[in-house]
Amino acid sequence: MNVALHGTRGSVGRAGPETMYFGGDTSCVEVNGDDGSILVLDAGSGLARMNQRLDPCPARIDLLLTHLHMDHLQGLGFFRALWFTDVEVHLWGPASSTMSLSERLGRYLSPPLFPVRVRDLPALRFHDVRPGTYEVGSFEVTADLVCHPGPTLGFRVRDNSTTLAYLPDHEPALGAQKFPKPAEWTSGYDLCHGVDLLIHDFQYTPDEYLARIGWGHPSIPQALLFAEQVEARRLVTFHHDPDHDDDALRRLHQEAAAAELPFELIPGITGLQLEV
Amino acid sequence: MAQHPVELILLQQWASLMAIPVWITDAGGRMVYFNEPTERIIGLRFEDTGELEAEQLADIFEISDLDGSPLPNMERPLMIALSKQMPAHRQMRIHTADHKSRVIAVTAIPIIGEGNRQLGAMVTFWEERP
Repeated sequence: MNVALHGTRGSVGRAGPETMYFGGDTSCVEVNGDDGSILVLDAGSGLARMNQRLDPCPARIDLLLTHLHMDHLQGLGFFRALWFTDVEVHLWGPASSTMSLSERLGRYLSPPLFPVRVRDLPALRFHDVRPGTYEVGSFEVTADLVCHPGPTLGFRVRDNSTTLAYLPDHEPALGAQKFPKPAEWTSGYDLCHGVDLLIHDFQYTPDEYLARIGWGHPSIPQALLFAEQVEARRLVTFHHDPDHDDDALRRLHQEAAAAELPFELIPGITGLQLEV
Repeated sequence: MAQHPVELILLQQWASLMAIPVWITDAGGRMVYFNEPTERIIGLRFEDTGELEAEQLADIFEISDLDGSPLPNMERPLMIALSKQMPAHRQMRIHTADHKSRVIAVTAIPIIGEGNRQLGAMVTFWEERP
């Protein structure tokens, strides 16, 4: 499968000359299957970049939402495929214990926060996702809840014999007195174990993490330890903190790569395309 | 061993920081964790026991009613929480592997995830003063 990173920034967009290299758009990843199926992971502002690729538009697009925080959602209303009458956009994401995905999304996709209501988007088909495995187009998608505030999913995507895992917001060390913990007590372990490509949260420096424990993101060393624990072959860094400009991110990646890592470290740069 | 649901992982992390005894089972009644304050009451260390099936627990300690008579499984708070998916509380007597008998008060709470997924139960208990 082919993977294209359309937005790798976390929390809030950060566009400007100081983020030109890594990019300022928020979470969105396009996955193209061997048979031409398209899977989109999250609908951050990077989703708008996909609009250029909708001519011709496939008859069906599957869009998987890890959770409904704004940086994963704010591109949805601007995704042109939603307005096409001959396209189905299947939206997969977490329900809560009291509301369906459609109801939860309706809180944002409605006035006064957005001028259009969910019910006015005929192309949308909703799928409440609970932990389990789903057939999505030609992909086999396994979803599981991961450690992040509110119902938040991570995804493991299989296409033929290759796998990727996508955990853009993940704090696997929350509350742990020692990390990594045994596999059975590690959030996200089963989703990520042995994957060919792991796209994972890389948000905080250790000092920043100490001031933001419980915010749902790891320190960079924790992200590296997690990738090592799950025996990922390649790690794509993701969800870059908006306070980390290009200079900071270059330095943080150089420091991370200075250690001997048992996987390939790939900086998550918007626009990057990868073959898995 | 398969990874536990994230709800149990978060609960285990919380329990490991608590000064009150906490005991966690999965949906099948398998004990997956108890914390250090629990160790002081049951006389065992989790590092020594590891996870245990429900049947194995009977070899480690016995539970009876306050008068020493047998306490049927379905009257025990943990079993009520697991089978009826409702919280339960009662006093009981525990006879531990170190040949001690203690009166404890037990509260069990079912762990039910989004989508009505039955994930297990959490038990907290404390020793009643004689």
